[in-house]
Amino acid sequence: MAQLTFREAIARGIAQEMRRDESVVFLGEDVGAAGGVFKGTVGLFEEFGPLRVRDTPISEQAILGAAMGASMTGLRPIAEIMFADFFAVCWDIVANEIAKSRYMTNGQLTFPLVIRSGNGGGLRFGAQHSQSVENWAMMIPGLKVVVPSNATDVIGLMAASVRDNDPVIFLEAKALYASKMDVPDGEIVDTLGSAKVLREGTDATVVALGAMVPKALAAAEELSNAGIECTVVDVRSLVPLDMTTILREVSATGRLFTVEENPRLCGWGGELSSIVSEEAFYDLDGPIVRITTPHIPLPAADALEDLAIPSVERIVTTIAKSMNS
Amino acid sequence: MTSTQAAPELSYLEHKVAMYRSQVALRRFEQRAYDLFLENYVKGTSHLSIGQEAIAAGVAAAMRPTDWTFATYRGHAHTLARGVPMTPVFAELMGRSNGLMAGKGGSMHLTSVEHGVMGSYAIIGAHLPIACGAAWSAQYRGTDQVAVCFFGDGSVNIGAFHEALNFAAIWKLPVIFFCENNLWMEYTRTSEVTAVANPAADRASAYGLESIIVDGNDADAVYEVASLAIARARAGEGPSMIEAKTYRHGGHSRADPGKYRPDDELAEWLLKDPIPLYRSRLLEMGVDEDELLVLEADVDAEVDTATNEAKAGAAPGEELLFQDVWADGSGSWRN
Ligand SMILES: Cc1ncc(C[n+]2csc(CCOP(=O)(O)OP(=O)(O)O)c2C)c(N)n1
Ligand SMILES: [Mg+2]
Repeated sequence: MAQLTFREAIARGIAQEMRRDESVVFLGEDVGAAGGVFKGTVGLFEEFGPLRVRDTPISEQAILGAAMGASMTGLRPIAEIMFADFFAVCWDIVANEIAKSRYMTNGQLTFPLVIRSGNGGGLRFGAQHSQSVENWAMMIPGLKVVVPSNATDVIGLMAASVRDNDPVIFLEAKALYASKMDVPDGEIVDTLGSAKVLREGTDATVVALGAMVPKALAAAEELSNAGIECTVVDVRSLVPLDMTTILREVSATGRLFTVEENPRLCGWGGELSSIVSEEAFYDLDGPIVRITTPHIPLPAADALEDLAIPSVERIVTTIAKSMNS
Repeated sequence: MTSTQAAPELSYLEHKVAMYRSQVALRRFEQRAYDLFLENYVKGTSHLSIGQEAIAAGVAAAMRPTDWTFATYRGHAHTLARGVPMTPVFAELMGRSNGLMAGKGGSMHLTSVEHGVMGSYAIIGAHLPIACGAAWSAQYRGTDQVAVCFFGDGSVNIGAFHEALNFAAIWKLPVIFFCENNLWMEYTRTSEVTAVANPAADRASAYGLESIIVDGNDADAVYEVASLAIARARAGEGPSMIEAKTYRHGGHSRADPGKYRPDDELAEWLLKDPIPLYRSRLLEMGVDEDELLVLEADVDAEVDTATNEAKAGAAPGEELLFQDVWADGSGSWRN
């Protein structure tokens, strides 16, 4: 056991896979000697050298194009897009090329690659460096979408993503980079498409993702003091989606609340709600309620950003109001 | 003969006759594809390379079977030139289950990994960075494979082109960027929207590359520059960019008659048709015309047979709809 920050876990997860498999290579802007702008890759350059940990120009299309071309010819690249907002300048490579080329070629090509990126708000960076883009990725057939919420999961899900033969968008909540936890020693390998029940309750099921998970847990603690017992489920991967766990937990409590950092329209909770109402409608004891960032560009000022992104307080009051009405 | 023996080297003339055959095959295939479009056998769209065959034939002749081709939506010729049989290509155009990708890709996405055809890409410029990635993989794994990436004159003004050129240059990647300059984008002349006269070649210096221009209607000239560039890439000397001057005889796609082009421009380029020019060259070099007549008849028969085989293919079955979204073969996104 060692205490590790979320950002240290990223480097450990990548290093674990690079040690195991020579075909794993890593590329991105400022990722080499500099160790990444969020210091998520410190030590990789020193251990694996400039041929396996490669600094690139500021060319997001080239970075992801190169990752794609390398993955279809025998390598297993991990590419970094510094801020997830920057997916907008290379979305063609992600959405049109990487996601579709296996299907279009009738399975002739595979794309075992991981694209990791700093996602979401909380750092007062304003509307172009704070977006939660998991819903952008989720809506494209052919992409897997993984969003860890703690250091241990970062390592295990990174390993699972690198070993997976499909392209994985791996979104790291920037707000969690400094969070710490005790992480087991040795190799950690997790499974994609497995949601985790982090807390069991009898009254309501709260489903959260990424940076919203610790907030949902804190809210559940407060609600418990007020006599409302919540189950908290960490989705962990939007594609593949573990509906078995989610449906079971929703049916058990009869209520579903989603906590989403993405803006409201077409957020992942909308899809979840739709599946739950189709498949577990008669187990529900009340409306499904989505707690999301509103449909606005994120403001920079701390006072405003804190109002926009779901807070522990908003989660508590929303759930309490709905449960008591 | 044991299988470890290398194939016998083609003689100088045999090599040229083979390049001629390749050009004739590409031409006749495309002409048939056009007819099949008019007859509504080919649905959707198609982009023909009629007039540009010397490029596909010349470059493919300079490549090894293990090298990689990255083509655009105008990719029938590049696919066939690497040795992909005609039947699955016709069948793909027709949306049949015996198609190269069982009908799941269509005309614009021809891919045959076993022939080194690593895809045809329909978003302008996207495949230049992807070709860089394949070249990076060869470099990293220490193979001597090279990637050849074809694109049009209109593709030099999109960002991915510039990102890829710089990227390939700084990493010294074994990739050849090959611009087929047919003067036109879809319906607009590229010179009207491009800051330099030679859309690709004039940009080469910006990436520390030599400016190379070649007559794209002369298969021998194409073969020669391609061979040099490929040899350089194989030797670890980095990327090259080649701009070949050529012309498409037909419209941009489908049944486009190409009426936006001046008549005298088309007439001038028809005089430079690569295939009759190459044929006369062979005759001058002493190749027997009867041999060429036999070869041409042989190609016609191949096209006929392939057309019939493709037409006989069934429509793809429903089981294909959800197949191969993912690497495990499934289309499932939830449990
Ligand atoms: C990003 C993008 N923009 C526009 C198009 C539509 N489009 C398809 S082909 C084409 C013209 C391309 O011209 P050129 O690069 O010269 O190639 P050619 O068709 O002449 O071979 C255009 C504009 C596209 N496919 N992708
Ligand atoms: Mg053109």
